[in-house]
Amino acid sequence: MRRFTPLVAYVVLCSLSVAAAKGSWINAYIQLIIMFIGINIVLSSSLNLVNGYMGEFSVGHAGFMAVGAYITSILNVWLFTSSSIFGAPALSPSSAIFLFPVTLLIGGMGAALAGLLVAIPSFRTRGDYLAIITLAVNYIVKSSIENIQVIGGARGFMGMRNVVNSMQDVVNLPWIMIWIFVAVGLTVWVIHRFVNSTYGKGIVAIRDDEIAAEIMSVDTRRMKMIAFMLSSGMAGVAGGLFAHILGYINPGTFTIMKSTEIMVMVYLGGMGSLSGSVLSAIGFTLILEMFRPLQVAKWVVIPLLLILLMLFRTEGLLGNRELSDVFPRLRRIYSPGQKAGINVPS
Amino acid sequence: MSLLEIRNLTHFFGGLRAVYDFNLTLDGGELLGLIGPNGAGKTTVFNLASGFYRPTEGDIAFQGKDIIGLRPHAVTALGMARTFQNIRMWNTLTVFDNLCISQHHSLGYGVMNVLLQTRGYRENERRVRRTAEEILEVLGLRHYADEYPKNLPYGLQRRVEIGRALAIRPRLLLLDEPAAGMNPGEVDQLIGLIRWIRKEFKLTIWLIEHHMRVVMNVCEWIKVLDFGETIAEGAPADVQRNPRVIQAYLGDEETAHD
Repeated sequence: MRRFTPLVAYVVLCSLSVAAAKGSWINAYIQLIIMFIGINIVLSSSLNLVNGYMGEFSVGHAGFMAVGAYITSILNVWLFTSSSIFGAPALSPSSAIFLFPVTLLIGGMGAALAGLLVAIPSFRTRGDYLAIITLAVNYIVKSSIENIQVIGGARGFMGMRNVVNSMQDVVNLPWIMIWIFVAVGLTVWVIHRFVNSTYGKGIVAIRDDEIAAEIMSVDTRRMKMIAFMLSSGMAGVAGGLFAHILGYINPGTFTIMKSTEIMVMVYLGGMGSLSGSVLSAIGFTLILEMFRPLQVAKWVVIPLLLILLMLFRTEGLLGNRELSDVFPRLRRIYSPGQKAGINVPS
Repeated sequence: MSLLEIRNLTHFFGGLRAVYDFNLTLDGGELLGLIGPNGAGKTTVFNLASGFYRPTEGDIAFQGKDIIGLRPHAVTALGMARTFQNIRMWNTLTVFDNLCISQHHSLGYGVMNVLLQTRGYRENERRVRRTAEEILEVLGLRHYADEYPKNLPYGLQRRVEIGRALAIRPRLLLLDEPAAGMNPGEVDQLIGLIRWIRKEFKLTIWLIEHHMRVVMNVCEWIKVLDFGETIAEGAPADVQRNPRVIQAYLGDEETAHD
């Protein structure tokens, strides 16, 4: 039964926060922070798949987030609300409650397809050159959206608030928070299973020595495609959820700055450490909020903290270890994959 | 049908002729050595055979299948494994994982199976782990399963690399200078190992080697390359006496005596 302990703990924690939000025991600001933490966990752990586990340097994660955000938002506004762009709702607004995860997934798939823009060049190039390509993809996405006037161009796109409202009209629960919790759980679960399978470890082999990986039977192109698509798809889902937190998005949100923020979380937590990504997403979001009273000075203090961390702990908080490597007692309740199949007598 | 058939293999790097008109037929069961001075094109021949380079000209058929244009992982999946001149292990993965991942071609499941942990996935994963365990066991590497390859002494790293190639369950094993950088004791062990794995795994082995003791003790047949051309071939004792080989290694006989 112990293998279900983390799951049960997670569900209990989520239920508590949802109940607290529903009962207004925590104010809207705290709810917002909880939701941003969730989004950031999805973003940082999905980027870790590419930057940490596969060792590529992708700097355009926000671009994929934007693709997912726009696809999901447009679908939802078109299907479930009456808007100036699309007119009357195409489906009954109350069906949003069932179809929201579907549109979210479609947004994720759209982002995964955009991920191909990076995956295919990665067959031939890597390192700095691939980084420039990912940067370019980020700009392509942002500029494209800015230039499609139908969806608001640079002014942004809104109306998602109505979608959330129509979901809450059916059953009055903080739906977006619930879906964020589901997305976080699924993301961590998917990445955990992937990187602990022999199949998924193929991407770690690519990081360590790509030529050896290809010659020793790893289909590197296929693995890169899977990793990039998985990673950008998850970013897309995060984007879709992000769009529904405030009910408004604009392309200016999804710039290189946002990508950098995600990267910082990955490197802060440690490359190739899933629990590191989760912890640093939580910590980083909280620190950002804690320093809010400092106003502009916040952007001096936080980067300074980063510099200090990189000076004294180059490999990030956890390096490439997992939480259970640092605290072996945790292994009783969750095992991030056995290290080897042989019990070596020591 | 021969195991490996290479005909008229020629490869240019720009204007440099790295390999010229190389021919080879392996019927299976041989232990062939490929020798030659530095820069003779030996490793290039390996890189061509394993699909890493696409030859300028020539045909390569492995088990009757034309492998020109196949990507290296696909060639490996057909049953041709190799090691590298400078050991290339995956150093952030354990020895055990190294041996598991090299069975990637035989996994037979996809992403969905991984995520849902279907029965097919679990069975495959067990089989992969069992193979890795067996190979570590027979190579005497059981104790190093949880170590990272880079932390092992050089001779052991070689052994692990050979183990990783064996995990592929190849029919043909290419060894690129397995004795490079080894001390005499390690070389002795290596000679024993090569002979033993050939018998145990019923392999055809083709090796590149500089170390004359290995070549003369292990190989049954030797081909000598110089500037990309095959200048001699035959049994070790004959090749050793061949004047063209001596000339290639030592320069002209007259100058050598001076």
